[in-house]
Parts: sequence; C-alpha cells; structure tokens
Amino acid sequence: MSTLSDPPQGSFRLSMLLNDSRYRSMTLQAIAAILLALALFYLYSNLAANLRAAGLNISFGFLGSTAGYDINQTLIEYTSQSSNLKAAIVGILNTLLVAFLACVTATIFGVMAGVLRLSNNWLVRKLMAGYVEIFRNIPVLIWIIIIFTIMTAVMPSPRDFRGDDPASSMLFDMFAFTNRGVYTPGPYFSRGIGGADGSVLNWVLVIATLIASFFGARFMTNRATRIQEETGIRPNTLWTNLAIWLGPIIVLCLILGLSWEMPALKGFNFAGGIKVGGPLIALWFALSIYTGAFIAENVRAGIQAVSKGQTEAAAALGIRPNRIMSLVVLPQALRVIIPPLISQYLNITKNSSLAIAVGYADITATLGGITLNQTGRAIECVLLLMLFYLVISLTISAVMNVYNNSMKLKER
Amino acid sequence: MSDTHEHSIPFVRETELPQQPAPSNAAGPVKWMRDNLFATWANALLTVAAAYILFLIFSSTLPWIFGGLWTTSSLAECREILQGTSAACFSVLTERWNQLIFGFKYPPEYYWRPTVALVLMFVALAPVLFFDLPRKLLILTALFPFAAYWLIWGGTIWIPIMALVGFIVGYFVYARFVAQNFALGFFGGVAAAMVTWYIGGLIVPMIAPAVPALEAVPSRDLGGFMLNMMLGLTCVSLSIPLGIALALGRQSSMPLIKWICVVFIEFIRGVPLITLLFVASVMLAYFFPPEATVDLFLRVVIMITMFSAAYIAEVIRGGLAALPKGQYEAADSLGLDYAQAMRLIILPQALKISIPGIVNIAVGLFKDTTLVSVISMFDLVGMIRGPILASTDWNGVYWELLGFAAVLFFVVCYGISQYSQWLERRLATDHR
Repeated sequence: MSTLSDPPQGSFRLSMLLNDSRYRSMTLQAIAAILLALALFYLYSNLAANLRAAGLNISFGFLGSTAGYDINQTLIEYTSQSSNLKAAIVGILNTLLVAFLACVTATIFGVMAGVLRLSNNWLVRKLMAGYVEIFRNIPVLIWIIIIFTIMTAVMPSPRDFRGDDPASSMLFDMFAFTNRGVYTPGPYFSRGIGGADGSVLNWVLVIATLIASFFGARFMTNRATRIQEETGIRPNTLWTNLAIWLGPIIVLCLILGLSWEMPALKGFNFAGGIKVGGPLIALWFALSIYTGAFIAENVRAGIQAVSKGQTEAAAALGIRPNRIMSLVVLPQALRVIIPPLISQYLNITKNSSLAIAVGYADITATLGGITLNQTGRAIECVLLLMLFYLVISLTISAVMNVYNNSMKLKER
Repeated sequence: MSDTHEHSIPFVRETELPQQPAPSNAAGPVKWMRDNLFATWANALLTVAAAYILFLIFSSTLPWIFGGLWTTSSLAECREILQGTSAACFSVLTERWNQLIFGFKYPPEYYWRPTVALVLMFVALAPVLFFDLPRKLLILTALFPFAAYWLIWGGTIWIPIMALVGFIVGYFVYARFVAQNFALGFFGGVAAAMVTWYIGGLIVPMIAPAVPALEAVPSRDLGGFMLNMMLGLTCVSLSIPLGIALALGRQSSMPLIKWICVVFIEFIRGVPLITLLFVASVMLAYFFPPEATVDLFLRVVIMITMFSAAYIAEVIRGGLAALPKGQYEAADSLGLDYAQAMRLIILPQALKISIPGIVNIAVGLFKDTTLVSVISMFDLVGMIRGPILASTDWNGVYWELLGFAAVLFFVVCYGISQYSQWLERRLATDHR
C-alpha cells in the first residue's frame, strides 16, 4: 500500500501546482484571492472616481445634524429639531416594536390555524386550508396595502363621533377606531414617583416586579419538580404561582395609584389615552396574518411528524388524552417546529421594512427614506441600514438557537 | 334441515333476507355530517362558527362581485349608475387593462410584442416543466431568452444574435475540452464566449441597420404585471446556477473559497430585500465605471439575483447534506475527480431533493418582485398605487384593483406550488 502514496522523487516542477492534489487547492485559493482583491480594488477605484467626480465624500457627520422632519409615532421624545441619529433611533425602536408585536400575534394565529387544520371538523379544516393558501400565495406588500386601505378609507373619521346622534360610537366607551388610528385607554400613575405626570422610574419598578415574579414562580416550579422527584407526588403550584405573579404587581399598582386615561373627543380629534397609528396597525396585522399562514404550516408539519406510535404508547400507559397532547406530542412537535419558527421570526423582522410603503416610521423609512433623501448620503445610510438588520438578524438567530439547543433531543 | 328443528324451535327462516340499506343515520350524508361536522358539542359549535364566518364573507362579497359594472368610463359614472347600492366597479380593470399589464409608458402599438413573448414563454417552459415532452424542444427553451429580449426591448436583432453566437461558440469549446478536463473545458468555453462577444460588440454597430425591424423600447418604459413576470423569471433562472456554485463553494474544503461563500450568503440572508433594492437604486451606480450607464432594470435584476441565489444556495446545501455519505465515497472510489463526481453523481441527486425548496424560493421571489414599487418602478402594485389611483377618473377604486392584483398573484403562485407537489410525487423513486 505504501508504495502508492510514496512522496514523488525528484525536484518540484511548476506543473505540479495544477496536477498535484497537494498543491492544487493552494493554487486555486491563490487565484481566488487575487480575483477577489482585483474585484474589490476595481469596485473601490470606481467608487472613489465617482465620488470625486460628484464632489462627495464618505462621512457620518450628517448623523449629528438636525433632522428637520416630524415623525408621527415615536416611543421616545423626538422633535423635528432632533438629530438624524435620534431619528434613526426612533426608527430602530419602531422596527423592534412592530416586529415584536407581529411575532407574538403571528405565533398565536399560526398555532391556532395549524392545530385547527388537523381538526376532525371538515368545515374548519377546509376553512383553515383556505386561509393558509390564500395568505401564502399573495404578496405581503399587497396585504399591507389592503389593510392600510381598510384603516384609512373604511374607518370613520373622528368627525363622525360628534353630535347627539353620531354616525359612529366608541367600543365600550374605551376604544375609538378612526381613520387616523385606534385610540385606547392609556395607563398612568396618579401617586407615582416623580409626580402625576409619571416618570420612567414607575415603569422600571413595574418591570422589575414582573421579573422578580418570574424568578419567584420559576423557583416554585423547580421546587415542585424536586419534591416530585423525591416523593413522587407533585405539589399543586397553580395557586402559589398565580399569587406570586399577581400579588406583588397588584399591590404595586395600588401604591402607585394606577389609573386609566380614556380617549375623549376634543375639538376635531380624539385626545388622551394611547394612539396607535393606522400604519402601525396595518403593518402589524398584515405581517401577523401573512406569517401566521406560514407558521400554521410549520405547526401542522411538526404535529404530524410525531409518530402515531407515541400517541398510542401514551394511551396504552393510561395517560388521559389532553395530557397525551401536553406531555407526549407537543414536546416532540416543538422540536420540529422551532427551527422554522426562528426563520419566520427573522422574516417578520425583515418584512417589517415594508413599513415604508404605508408611511410607518421604522428604520427603513427614517434613515433609509427621509434622512437619505434630505442629506443625499446614500452610501452611508444604506450601509448603516444593512448593518442594523444584520445585527438584528444575527442576534435573533443566536438567541433562538440557544433556546433550540436547550429543547433539542439530548443524545448521549 | 328444517325437519330436525321443527319441534324444538318455533320458527326458522329458510330463505336469505335481501340486503337492506343501512339506517339513514349510519350511512350517506347524515353519517358523514355526524362524523365530520357534529361529532361532539365543541365540534358542532365550531361548525356553526365557521359557517357563520363563511356566511359573513360571502354575503358581503358575492353581491358586490356579481353586481359589478364592467363598462363605465370613470368612478363617478359608476356611482351614478349604482345609485348608492354596494357593488364593484370593475370597469377600472377593463379600461386600464393595458396599463395594469404593460405599464403606462410601453408604446400601445407594440403590445403584441410582449404578448408573443408570453406565448413563447409557455412553449419554452413546457419541456422544462414536463419531462415527457421530446427533449429536442429544449432547443426552443435555449432560444427563448434571446427571442424574448428582442421582442420586448426591440432594437437591432444582431445584439441577441451575437449573444447567442457567443454561447454557441462557448459551448463547442466546452464540449471539445470537457473530456480532458472539466476546468479546462469550462474556463475555455467562458473565454471563447467572451472573445466572441467582444468581437461581436465591435461588429454589431457596423452591420446594424439604421432603422431596426422592431423599434427599441427603453427599459424604463416597462411596467405592470409584465415587469413582475420578467423580474421573476429572469432572476430565478439566473440565480439557480449561481446558487449551485455558492452551495458547492460553501461545502468546499478550501478555507478561502468557503469563507467567501459563507460571508456572501449570510450577509444577503441577513438583510431585507428592500435594502438591497435601495442599493440598486441609489448606491450601485457608484460602483460602476463613471462612463458606464447601467439602467435601473439591470441593477435591480443584479440585486434580486444575488438575493435569491443566497437563499437557493442554502436550499441546495440542505440537499447536498441530505445525501448519504456513501454516495460521495462511491464516487471517490470509482476514481472520479471532483467535477465528474459532482456533475454525474452528487448534483443530480441533491438537486432532485432540493426541488420543493427551490420552488418555494421561486414563489417567494415572484411575490417579492412587488417590492420594486417602493423604489418607484411601476410594476403591478406600483401602477395601482401610482398612476391609476392618482388619476381623477379612478380615485378611490381600491378593492377592485387590489383584489385584481391579489387574484393574479394567487393564480400564478398557487399554480406553481401545485406543480411542485405534482413534481415531487412524480420524482419520488423510493418505495413507500
């Protein structure tokens, strides 16, 4: 055998670079490196020549200058006198907001539709199949525009709510659906720290309480598991967990004096409460039902991937039907569902950039739209935009991969 | 028989009873409804709820659709005839049909050209989609891009002919050398084609007639659903070879090649298509030589092709990974080199596995071509939101137009996905 792989005798010849498999990959990589360098240099030299000809340069100084435009939906303080950087941050927060909301609702829609597609009920099954096929096969941009049109053209204007016999009325006197957006009651703290206006500190307190409750509840669950392993009897954690979740937050809200501010018609428009703009609702709802159709297919495939023998084995062990679902089928289906679910969440985040079509001020509309057009800094804006989406995508897939790994089947 | 029991049993039936139909609640539609619609209380409630939803949907849309008007010339006229009843005004579709399909700038006297190209497209796609057709028809498929280019853009016929000649020369050089060495054949073919195109570029201006047979139409005049079809078809066909190359590169044992492919794929997959279209519309021009003018259509095609190639590469990588390792080892043990092993053993199987994934990407890409309306190209959605809804005649006809766009996309995308399912069943060679 060894004779076959004897090192070649004699000196190194140039043809061995191509014909000897030990050197060939080196040669090919060297060629690829040279070609890549040449291509990059060519692009760079074109860029430099074009910029010189247009009298431009690459600089990110425009981020500090005044933006000069208004944004109708902001999560943080922003005026037209703020900087372009602030406008971009407002856009980033708006992107994250709509992506988060759409991920939550799309999961709910998707799981419901996916489970109902496997229902015994023929009509429901067909209805859900129709939902999935219709929404999957029509571009999301068209859905966004359709729902945006419903929000602007079909909803009544605030004027219709006026008078003794108004054409429209508020739902439960709490929600007003108008063509300018949906007005909902807004919470505020009457005895809050930092006066009745409410300060950020109050919300930090609320969130801190919720996080503490989360860890408290988890501790109780772990304790129950430990006791179950020691004694075989699982203590009922439902009531303690409910108390841990609800008790502290209710007490805190009573102390801070949580109240709700109702939207009310003042002049030509509603005032008070929280205004959720039409573009946000259109984008949120369209992304949810569109992606929900894809998630429904993933859920269906996941449940069908659990072999029938598992259900039958569980039934043979005497487990009740709903516990078969929660203890045997779902944990295994989840393992199949999670990886495609991650990519659907990524798709929602990326598709939220279609906000620009309905005028929702996400990062694409602020940094990539108005700022780009006003400053003319095309290259810088588009590069920053891509960088933001790359970071978001990589973060989401990293976080979800950690979760996926914790769910994965542990083999040896 | 009957005698033996005569005294012990009062009655014995001696003839067989004719078969009776099953009770009405254990067969037929009643049983079906009991099993499938009203099996339990919860199920019955669900059925009623679903039926109510369907009733709401159809009771509002069906009169609207069937009461629709098709022949008025403006929304005002439509409303006058309808007298306040709720019905569709489909006349916007008949009146603006050409704009919806061809865009608003394509010369009306040349509408027959894209139409012929569309018919040719079906002829060219047929042998690709259905294997039973004679393989000779693939020649038509190969000729189609050049014919379609000439029909849609017009201009001198010598440009597509020269492009075709370049491909033919490249193919013959490839066929001559491929038996010796795949790399030699491939790069020789590419080089020969390049030389032919360079020479052709010098010759064409000399032999082209002053007045071409088909008048040239600049690509900024393209629009409507035609633009969606063109972008979808071009980008999908271009991105499949690029995707295969990227997938093979990502599997490569050479670190540099692998690294280039991974960075490219992950970068493209990490950003939304809109940002890539922004690159095409505002940024890409900076990277071309100052004297070159690359029109927006071509820049968009480049970016969308890169976009879908990255996704197709991931699908094909999945196909390559799904092949049993024995296939690779068998190819090696037969003494095949890398190009032979890939071409003859690995890729045919890996591509077959990847077909459903590739079709999914193609459908997604076709839907995503509507995004070009954001960078002010007038595709179907761009036409609806731009010139048509902004015109005084049709300001406010939302549902008819958006519904038309939705139906058009649904028909195409649903058709493609049904084809893909048929193909999957057709290609299944395993025994189940």
